[in-house]
Amino acid sequence: VTLHLSIMLWLPLAFGVLGLLAPPKLAGRLALVGSGLALACAIAYVVDFDAGGGLQFVTDETWIGELGISYKLGIDGLNLLLVALTGILWFACTLWANLDAPERPRLFYFHLALAETAVLGALLAQDLALFVVFFDLMLVPFFFLTGMWGGARRVQATMKLVIYTLVGSLLMLTAAIATGVLAAQGDPALSFAFSDLAQRPLAESSQEWIFLFFAAAFLVKMPAFPLHGWMPDGYRAMPLPVLAVFSGVLSKVAAYGFLRICLPLFPDASAHFQMLLLLIALASILYGSAMAFTTTETRLILGYSSVAQLGFITLGIFALDPQGAQGALLQAFNHGLVVAPAFFVVALLAARSQGSQDIRDMGGIGMRAPVLASLFLIVAFATLAMPGSANFVGEFYILLGVFTQKIVIALVASAGVVMAAFYTLRLFITTMHNRTGAGVESREMSFGEGLVLVPLVLLILAIALYPQFGLKRSGPAVTRVTAPVQAAIADRVGHGWTRYAPLDATGTPRGRTR
Amino acid sequence: MIAVAAKAVGPQIDWAGLSPLVAVFAGALVVLLLGLVVSRVARETAVPALSIVTLAIAIGLAVGQWGERKDLIAGALRLDELTLVLTIIFCVAGISAVLLSWRHLAPREAAHGEYHALLLTSIAGMIVLVAAQNLVAVFLGLELLSIPLYVLCATEMRRASSLEAGLKYLVVGSLGSATLLYGLAFLYGATGSTDFTRIATVLGGSGGVVTDPLLLTGIALTIVGLAFKASVAPFHQWTPDVYEGAPTPVTAFMAVATKAAAFGVMLRLFDVALIDASVDWATPLAVLAAITIVVGNVGALGQSSLKRLLAYSSVAQAGYMLVGVVVANRLGLQATVFYIAVYLVMNLAAFAVIVARERETPLGDDIAALNGIGATRPLLAWPMTIAMLALAGFPATAGFIGKFYLIEASVEGDYTWLAVFIVVGSMISLAYYLKVIAAIWMTPSPDASEHAARASLAGGDQPVLAGGSDEATGLRAQGEVVAVAVVFGALTLILGVVPSPLFDVMRDVGGALGLL
Repeated sequence: VTLHLSIMLWLPLAFGVLGLLAPPKLAGRLALVGSGLALACAIAYVVDFDAGGGLQFVTDETWIGELGISYKLGIDGLNLLLVALTGILWFACTLWANLDAPERPRLFYFHLALAETAVLGALLAQDLALFVVFFDLMLVPFFFLTGMWGGARRVQATMKLVIYTLVGSLLMLTAAIATGVLAAQGDPALSFAFSDLAQRPLAESSQEWIFLFFAAAFLVKMPAFPLHGWMPDGYRAMPLPVLAVFSGVLSKVAAYGFLRICLPLFPDASAHFQMLLLLIALASILYGSAMAFTTTETRLILGYSSVAQLGFITLGIFALDPQGAQGALLQAFNHGLVVAPAFFVVALLAARSQGSQDIRDMGGIGMRAPVLASLFLIVAFATLAMPGSANFVGEFYILLGVFTQKIVIALVASAGVVMAAFYTLRLFITTMHNRTGAGVESREMSFGEGLVLVPLVLLILAIALYPQFGLKRSGPAVTRVTAPVQAAIADRVGHGWTRYAPLDATGTPRGRTR
Repeated sequence: MIAVAAKAVGPQIDWAGLSPLVAVFAGALVVLLLGLVVSRVARETAVPALSIVTLAIAIGLAVGQWGERKDLIAGALRLDELTLVLTIIFCVAGISAVLLSWRHLAPREAAHGEYHALLLTSIAGMIVLVAAQNLVAVFLGLELLSIPLYVLCATEMRRASSLEAGLKYLVVGSLGSATLLYGLAFLYGATGSTDFTRIATVLGGSGGVVTDPLLLTGIALTIVGLAFKASVAPFHQWTPDVYEGAPTPVTAFMAVATKAAAFGVMLRLFDVALIDASVDWATPLAVLAAITIVVGNVGALGQSSLKRLLAYSSVAQAGYMLVGVVVANRLGLQATVFYIAVYLVMNLAAFAVIVARERETPLGDDIAALNGIGATRPLLAWPMTIAMLALAGFPATAGFIGKFYLIEASVEGDYTWLAVFIVVGSMISLAYYLKVIAAIWMTPSPDASEHAARASLAGGDQPVLAGGSDEATGLRAQGEVVAVAVVFGALTLILGVVPSPLFDVMRDVGGALGLL
């Protein structure tokens, strides 16, 4: 018996609304139940998932017939892991938020739950318009969560965050509608379902501007290098449990959008703008890394490291071959799993250094807290992609994919791996070791805090031991979404605005299937 | 003589078709008389109640005739789904305006009978305007809707800004009417007919691009005249001042109903009478739409008065709706009318909250009046939040679907660049809509701290009302205002999730004008 996907999608929101009506003390518990049930559903889907099959657990209803929008949900290799990630991180962060109750808890948990439903909706949507709806909806709860429970200058930060990201999203809205309308020309039935759109390819000239509009939305959301202006303020202001899911999941939805929408639906444009996107990714890696080892604010170190990591993921996607995409997907999962506990550690560090989030005030925190230090060390090693971690496998696949396509880019990007080691270890050493800071009190975690952190770290270890778990399930889907773009590349060797041929384009035609 | 007179047959009058109009006119007369009754209760309760009953009857009569398409009064008016749906929209706006002005200052100062009679007359004018299928009827309807509104704007007679608003609206409105009349005269001169269908026949016969300067002048002047009414930039300058000065219930009514009426007549005029000259008017209208979107959204940015903010926002929204008119096909018509309906719902929720806060705080319509109501007045905070999100076009609200529809229509009509203008406008609009939401949820409530301070000073726990005077206390009882806010806020959300019923209505409307 398979569960209806709508159940998982709407459960968190249902409990959030319930919490809105319940006494304030119960709101947190109800949200916890809601996200726990959603996590249980997600696990059930992972267990039930047929690794060789295509789109599974499909729900397909008409939502707005006149506009051609269907309520179509489904899980395949592309979104399976990310759905699981969403379930895991939201449960962990709801638990974390429960440790010390926020002010006005009913609203807090309502928005947190609404955010989970929106993110799940964006991941599950198999209809372009539905995806846009959920993608834009994601922003609303985070606007409130940042603006109402954030730190200093929270209102300005949240305005900046929303306006920045919505500028991209609104362009995406136009592009999505244009995709549906232009694809349906000559065919009266307007449809936004991915399966229909894939069969109605657009002319290359339309693909190009539409691709750029989508790319704008996704790159802002990630954020990628020139479009990251909202990130420092947003990361400084957001309450930490919220920031953990925001950084852990939302940026991945953007990366997922590239794989789900841009590559299969706009293959010619993806091939056309490959170099542009690779350069943006490269710039993100270098800029993010450089900022991460110069800034002293713990949140921003993680924020900029996310910019760099998302750069890697983008790099993998725009290698435009199955290996790169495979690595990107795995890395998206890994990064989410690593960054959320890292933010939790940041909160624990702040609690031990009189609320300061500056590494210059810290040091020696690991002295009387061996468990915390070890857990943090595991997280740090995973972040810097130590060989043996799943992150290493992910980055390896990404670089492998890029090497076969654009070797120069891959060589430069490899520097990012080294820099990751530098900034992560700097964060670990200056906080945990070194001379004990002035106001620092080294103290072990409490049981409740361990309840949040330990399972996440165990999960990092588990996926490190068995990364094939993810790879096996995403393999067929990744091959499927990269097939059109591979064909497009084969058609355009030596063409396009870069006039830059892939390495092996001199002799044999590309377009091989793996 | 008598025999001749008996033989002279007047036009066939279909009373059933005219019934909503007759009901509103009759209601206006009865209300006016009822306002003369000495008993205060009768005036303050029976008059609004009767107005609501009248409008409800008109809605019922309009719904009852759904699906009918026929000419009325020798083709001067046309009864079809477009007329009917707009009639319903006017009446809903009217009912809301009556509810918002119940226990408001304006009808008390202007006398209840007159106030409500004017409101009803204005609605009758709107119905005539959107049903008009004849240039003369257009002008008749426009004046019938405008003149009562000039007066209504000035009904808070002890407040100078209200009088100023009335005067300003009168002067600018008259200028608009005169321009329109001039344009209509040119149209008649060029085509030799005042009847929409016959104008269409003449233009269709000419074929291709119309170069007749008489006709082009006529079209241009008509566009300008209607642009004044719909507050399309650059003819919008009166809007912020009048919206700010007029009593808030009247502003709410003007914002939604007048705009709906102006767009209703535009749709019929351009999509029926002038459809074959669309080459001539589509580009200028498209440019006007783009200008309006930018001007409205940029104008709203620095506003601290909620009414001015919503005035500029209404200018921007007029730009969005104009896109649907420009597209001039069935999809464009449906998208415009859909947006008009959505616009009604969003704005009434917002204006109801403004009315409520004007009575509760001494801050008037300043954004600061909303500070912290998320914690203190959830029943006002949620509708306002939803309305702002919807106006900005966030998903899961009716505003998103409306914008989606308009963008789809413009892409399909080969006006993708206008679709880009719509989204660029929406981006700018975020800055001011979100400012309102930030005031509601993210700014501490001054009331709470003030109350606490006063309570601690007094050493007791007696709550102190804002304003404090007896009159303010009397005005504070406002269940009906909160109800309007909640109902329309909920509708905004419901139509954003389950828009299908509205789409069914629009499908009927789309067939009304015989467009492709």
